[in-house]
Amino acid sequence: MQVTEYKPLIVAFCCNWCSYAGADLAGNNRLAYPADVKIIRVPCSCRVNPTFILRAFQRGADGVIICGCHPGDCHYTSGNYYTRRRMATLFSMLDFLGIERERTRVEWVSAAEGAKFAATMNEFAQKVAALGENKRLEDLRCKK
Amino acid sequence: MQKITREQLIDQASELLANGTVSTVLGWGAGEFGYDVTPTLFKTAEEMQNGFVFNDFCGANFSKYLVSKTKTLEGKLLVFLKPCDTYSFNQLLTEHRFDREKVYVVGIPCEGMADIAKVKEISGEGISSIASDGDRIVVTTLYADAPVKIDARNVLAERCIHCKSKKHVAYDTLLGEEGDVVASARFDEVTRLESMTPDERFAFWQNELSKCIRCNACRDACPACTCETCVFDNPKSGVENKSPSNSFEEQMFHIIRAFHVAGRCTDCGECARVCPQNIPLHLLNRKFIKDINTFYGEYQAGAEVGSRSPLTDYTTEDLEPSEIFVGRNEHA
Repeated sequence: MQVTEYKPLIVAFCCNWCSYAGADLAGNNRLAYPADVKIIRVPCSCRVNPTFILRAFQRGADGVIICGCHPGDCHYTSGNYYTRRRMATLFSMLDFLGIERERTRVEWVSAAEGAKFAATMNEFAQKVAALGENKRLEDLRCKK
Repeated sequence: MQKITREQLIDQASELLANGTVSTVLGWGAGEFGYDVTPTLFKTAEEMQNGFVFNDFCGANFSKYLVSKTKTLEGKLLVFLKPCDTYSFNQLLTEHRFDREKVYVVGIPCEGMADIAKVKEISGEGISSIASDGDRIVVTTLYADAPVKIDARNVLAERCIHCKSKKHVAYDTLLGEEGDVVASARFDEVTRLESMTPDERFAFWQNELSKCIRCNACRDACPACTCETCVFDNPKSGVENKSPSNSFEEQMFHIIRAFHVAGRCTDCGECARVCPQNIPLHLLNRKFIKDINTFYGEYQAGAEVGSRSPLTDYTTEDLEPSEIFVGRNEHA
């Protein structure tokens, strides 16, 4: 029997103007980050509805990270400030329900920070891998 | 137990009906049993004499009814609001959900409402009649020979034990005496849960939420849930089932429900009151209120009309999501 190494599935919501470009830069610079990170491009980090995060967990994600422009640099002036409040309260609630707090994260990555993007993803993937599979927020109907 | 009587309310309403100030009264009507009081519309004083009740089971918050009732109604609608209901009233006004001009608010004092589940624990099932006698509730059941007398303070609803305010924040006429905002221990249970380990918390919520039968009563009764099309009615939402098919769906439903009202929830406690499974849903809402108070400063939704919910607002110095657990009682 072949034993396959466990690899976490990570969903990264990246804002179009900063973090997605940052991810692009990481790629252009040949900086390695785990292939298990699936990037979803959103117009702004505040486009991320809390249900998107729950939905990702439902569909089998082991970790969800939201990346946006640094506070003050939002393309739409204030979008990421709303993200900050929204995610702080949501993450606190997930923790309150007993969901591991390392499974969710918000990181600000600018278009010039390709290296930060790769480093963040490597670190986050490592942490999530240490936690193992997402058992507490899984939907058995979505398991293949 | 209530200081104000049914007759006082009828007199006040009859007077306003007679002089034409209001055309209809939204009040508590007799249900099938003494305790299942039902929100009812009354058009005349006679109708009120026949069907209006006011007792320790008049917990229903009428604010939400105003959204649909004022749309089609001719003239003004009289509504009786308890102190906690007035917060929901203001919150709905803030969200422009109904026209203030179409409503006449009679503020009534509240001494705390009884929880029928707690009454039944003492009296047993098969209640045939229920009445108030001073500070006591007198219950006759099919199976007991003598009526059971229960101290009303021992069967207070959870939300009334931790009453946050006896003050009416909105009214046209006030009956009885005006109270004040009360210091309550409503966050104690949230704090207790926070001090548990994540595993214990998960076990606690799994145990509670797995009782959910997805009747959607919490959503239907919530004065903050007034969307005409609800996400839970969307067949593509992934959480539309009328009965939860697995634990994910229960959790997801309750997280979304609580998040949708975060920052707007006045902590009126309707969700937990109407839950047929007695899930402590108000704890999820209180967790959000507590967090918002801690992170962004004290905020009471509905305390004043036009106030801005912290989640639709920001400052440049807000806490980062990575900082929220710093200094918190660590078990993880």
